[in-house]
Amino acid sequence: MINKNENWLYTISPKQKLIDINLKEIWFYRDLLFLFVKRNVITVYKQTILGPLWYFIQPLFTSVIFTLIFNNMANIPTGEGVPSFLFNLAGITCWNYFKECLTGTSDTFGQNQSLFGKVYFPRVIVPLSVVFTNLVKYGIQILVFIGFYIYYVFFTDKAAQSSPQKAMIFLPLLIFFMGLLGLGLGMIISSMTTKYRDLKFLISFGVQLLMYGSAVMYPLSYFKQKLPNISWVVEFNPMTTIIEAFRYMTLGVGDYSLSKMMYTALVSILLFLIGIIIFNKTEKSFIDTI
Amino acid sequence: MEKDIILKVENLSKQYRLGLVGTGTLGHDLNRWWSRIRGKEDPYLKIGESNDRSIKGDSEYVWALKDINFEVLRGEVVGIIGKNGAGKSTLLKILSKVTGPTTGEIKTKGRIASLLEVGTGFHPEMTGKENVFLNGAILGMTKREIQSKLKEIVEFSGCERYIDTPVKRYSSGMTVRLAFAVAAHLDPDILVIDEVLAVGDSEFQKKAIGKMQDISNSDGRTVLFVSHNMAAVKSLCTKAIVLQHGTTVFEGNTNDAVDFYLKSDVANDIAHYVNDNPNEGADILEVSMRDKDNNISGLFGFEDQITLQVKLRVTEDIIEYGSIGFRIKDQNERTVFSSVEDLNNFIEKEGVYFSNIKFPKSVLLPSEYRVIVGYHIPNKKKIRSLFDIINFRIEETGSMFHKYKGVDFGCVALDCKWSIKSD
Repeated sequence: MINKNENWLYTISPKQKLIDINLKEIWFYRDLLFLFVKRNVITVYKQTILGPLWYFIQPLFTSVIFTLIFNNMANIPTGEGVPSFLFNLAGITCWNYFKECLTGTSDTFGQNQSLFGKVYFPRVIVPLSVVFTNLVKYGIQILVFIGFYIYYVFFTDKAAQSSPQKAMIFLPLLIFFMGLLGLGLGMIISSMTTKYRDLKFLISFGVQLLMYGSAVMYPLSYFKQKLPNISWVVEFNPMTTIIEAFRYMTLGVGDYSLSKMMYTALVSILLFLIGIIIFNKTEKSFIDTI
Repeated sequence: MEKDIILKVENLSKQYRLGLVGTGTLGHDLNRWWSRIRGKEDPYLKIGESNDRSIKGDSEYVWALKDINFEVLRGEVVGIIGKNGAGKSTLLKILSKVTGPTTGEIKTKGRIASLLEVGTGFHPEMTGKENVFLNGAILGMTKREIQSKLKEIVEFSGCERYIDTPVKRYSSGMTVRLAFAVAAHLDPDILVIDEVLAVGDSEFQKKAIGKMQDISNSDGRTVLFVSHNMAAVKSLCTKAIVLQHGTTVFEGNTNDAVDFYLKSDVANDIAHYVNDNPNEGADILEVSMRDKDNNISGLFGFEDQITLQVKLRVTEDIIEYGSIGFRIKDQNERTVFSSVEDLNNFIEKEGVYFSNIKFPKSVLLPSEYRVIVGYHIPNKKKIRSLFDIINFRIEETGSMFHKYKGVDFGCVALDCKWSIKSD
């Protein structure tokens, strides 16, 4: 006789819950997450002469150029007693983390099409691995930032006014929301691109435009002063809050308030939830539509 | 004794949309969404046709699988057979959670691991060892599991010397060996295997098939095995399911299933091969097995006339030295016999020709055979080699060996001159 009290381990069915995130399963695949991160980190600069030095070069050069153009040429003030180079480096480092999370996750389905078509594992692992990979990069770039910070404080008198604030203890939280924001947006975009590929083109230049609206190379206060009519665009951009907060915590300049932080956290969580929902929906059927 | 059902498939269906997906999907999406809001059924689920790729249909939607039902007991090795496009791969994909079903459910009591392709996720820049870990993790192993099996895996692959070299320096054969070695050491409750796994050189193929046999025979592992190779199905499986146009047409004992498959129309399909993508110039266009009335057939009696027909295009440069040949293989991969003929014995100018090759009567003994056809200029150029494109079967209709069922008496009956005299 067939046992009627069957306790199935799991069921494969077309029914989808709105939020169907199986944390136990993700935990089971944690080794895969780790190995993906390892793969992403070690394979990027294989067979390059400078190797991991590239992690330093990109933000450094961008900061130098930004300083030359926006501060030395266009005379954008970065605050009294704060070296413009350090100001830019702080902005670039944070922006890079967000940008790489966003662009890295936004092509999850496209890039892993052949892999996803062959084996099952929780697909969320891939965007998660991107976020963690970038966290490693971000960590390295923070070290560069700290290096220059020390140089400016102890070996020059240009950084007289800049000093770390007590709010610095919230830095990990800031990084967390930055990653969440990139991940959420990235998951939404990656899910949509499987069906509507137009988004792929949008993202490549959209991210660049977004950088100009995120207070990366200018202080929010200066923007408000110069273009008060459209300053709300920049002000409501959650990345602006994050970058300004980061600069406030480390350099002591920037717009930092609890209400704005709450707002950013809320937007990040909301985007992340929407991302998860859309991603889950796509995950089950994308192999038929891509 | 209670039956322990480990896997249960209930009314499983999968619908696909044909043609260009992209333009117009927004319209369909909106339509779907609108009907869902009003609480109605998805309008596109009602339409859809059975999936027969050779017949032109009216609907944009087809059912790759329609109402599939079956149960698998713990420890069973189930073969899934069917011709190309019968829905085997779709079923595998749903089982392995690569894609979701449209309707229906699969319930399982164990972890399913599937080997649809070896070497998924191999990264060329990483070393063999690193790839073993990554690939193992992708297939669902934990790091600790892989660590404990690492030695075995490396040994099985035979790539010990290269294990710390980036995989991009490997020969393609070595990559496959290493990838298969990882896959073969998976330890799930239910293993889904696609036959195409058995790749690599013949030595490794044997090893691979042997390993699959080990997996399925030992420790009562449940295996779903998809294959075109009836011999492999017969030797590995305890039960088989025949799929046709997305529906189950037979389920039961392996031998009966294989018989059913070969006797049904399906068999005629596997006795006819059409080259979908022929070369511009010389090439084989069609290969088929014909009976005495020139009808396509995959089933013959022992004493029937059997003809192999090859339709080929011959070009000017091929005529002089080109030749066409075939080999007949039995279920155990042994070549039974072969025959080659030079084209210039028959052909003078270029064009499309039918070559009819009549087999001698009453020679091939009842069994299943496969045909390999080759079109080439000997020692110079291969125009086309077609492996395992056609299966045919000789039925026991009265050869003198029918009394010895189950005994390996070879594949051919030769008309030997016997004489028995008194001393």
